[in-house]
Amino acid sequence: MRTSITANPGPAPEAIAVPRLLAGLTSDGATVRLDDHLARWGGAPFQSAGADLVKKLSASGLPGHGGAWFPVATKWASIRHGRFARPVVVGNGAEGEPASGKDALLLTQLPHLVLDGLSLAGAALEASQVVMYVPARLVRGVEAAIVARRSLGIDPVDIQVVVAPDRFIAGQESAVVNVLNGRREAVPSFIGIEPIRERGVNNRPTLVQNVETLAHVALIARFGPAWFRALGTEQSPGTMLMTITGRWSVPVVMEAPLGTPLREVLDLSPGDAQYFSGALLGGYGGGWITMSALLDLLLSEDAARRLGSSLGAGVIALLPRGVCPMAEMARVVRYMERQGAGQCGPCVNGLAGLAEMAEALAFRPGAFHQDIQPMLDVCDLIDGRGACRHPDGVTRFVRSALSVFQDEVATHLHRGACSLTSAPGVLPCPGRVARAFGEAARW
Amino acid sequence: MVRRKVTMVIDPTMCDGHGVCAELFPERVRMDPWGYPIIDGGDIPLQLLDHAQRAVESCPRLALHLVERRQSSGRVDRKERHLSS
Repeated sequence: MRTSITANPGPAPEAIAVPRLLAGLTSDGATVRLDDHLARWGGAPFQSAGADLVKKLSASGLPGHGGAWFPVATKWASIRHGRFARPVVVGNGAEGEPASGKDALLLTQLPHLVLDGLSLAGAALEASQVVMYVPARLVRGVEAAIVARRSLGIDPVDIQVVVAPDRFIAGQESAVVNVLNGRREAVPSFIGIEPIRERGVNNRPTLVQNVETLAHVALIARFGPAWFRALGTEQSPGTMLMTITGRWSVPVVMEAPLGTPLREVLDLSPGDAQYFSGALLGGYGGGWITMSALLDLLLSEDAARRLGSSLGAGVIALLPRGVCPMAEMARVVRYMERQGAGQCGPCVNGLAGLAEMAEALAFRPGAFHQDIQPMLDVCDLIDGRGACRHPDGVTRFVRSALSVFQDEVATHLHRGACSLTSAPGVLPCPGRVARAFGEAARW
Repeated sequence: MVRRKVTMVIDPTMCDGHGVCAELFPERVRMDPWGYPIIDGGDIPLQLLDHAQRAVESCPRLALHLVERRQSSGRVDRKERHLSS
């Protein structure tokens, strides 16, 4: 039996109030309990979650916030109209990107918003199985939240928790499916012939959706598309979470409406900007942009792509002057090479070659004979030839770094490694630099 | 107007770089410096289809596939159908 409170969404909060997802955060960083969650948002409308919810999502224009920015309604509709088998719905909280902390923040502090969205997806798609896929360190908290919900009979289908291995590619869609199928470790498969939307977990149509996306779904289901679109722009509606590194003393998770100027998001004047040499958008598969481009950028995936970058899963990293960009590039490329699945020849060989060249450029540039063309040639050889986008992300990272930091490249080539290469790195590469997340600032 | 077009795809997780494909179908397959095939993903004309088929069947890792791409009024359908196994 469902309790009455789960059937009635609460009154809509003011549509233009920011933050939205992070509105419920407590000042001490404690997990928001189920009763507080229900008092703030009311219950999620599971009964009307069928075609109606897909329509709402379509009208809201919500894209996926896991990195690919694929329209959520399109994905759900293709599964609803798919095969005869009932689908599997997976909430993806793997967040393998070391510079991202927003998904972990949601799962530790606002788990019920995510779980509402997950169950709504399950109800809308009439799923036979609903799974929450999270790193081992978050399992306990998520399970406690599920137990609390079970006692009120909230979730129409019981939610299973599956551990996501700690590796960069663990959240890649086909890697998730491979883990859930129990056949292989968290490595991607080639899905060029049959997408997992059609044939995923146990050969069933499978929805893998990022946890922030699910949190947005939880609010759109309650308050509707017009409410969602009251923030953001026509093309890029709503708000997004970002993990910002390098701007302040600790990494910070923030929520801002799409379309907001980055200079406002980052509280950055042109004078402040001169303390940084460049900005990385979208994480280690994203792209570097210059500080002047960053100051003019409006927060949207379209705008980022026009600069040859991507917002990806919302990572924004500023590189302070005083850190060698070549050394940062070398450390990240080596990390990404080690994080590869080791399945595809062009990725295995290409990333090893790139890592070696990046290290040479950073630490012993004499080896380069004053030319970085071989690095660009290797990038050309790698593109589009892996089963997943891991290698393509690295080439975007390398090409954009070589272009944004061309002064530093020239310095290294003509005068040898700079004096900053021995400084400790800023971009986290687990195994070298400890992660420190959990602090959430209000936007 | 619906035309059917055939193209070659490779499952890079299966390929070990034996090189049979480049040997049998050099019209569309060349090797990279590490010994892995680079496949030209364009449509395969009818007169080359036998060679393509032979390359697919001879791959020791069964990593190559021919897929049919439905094309209507210039827009490529994302969905590709598996032709041969």
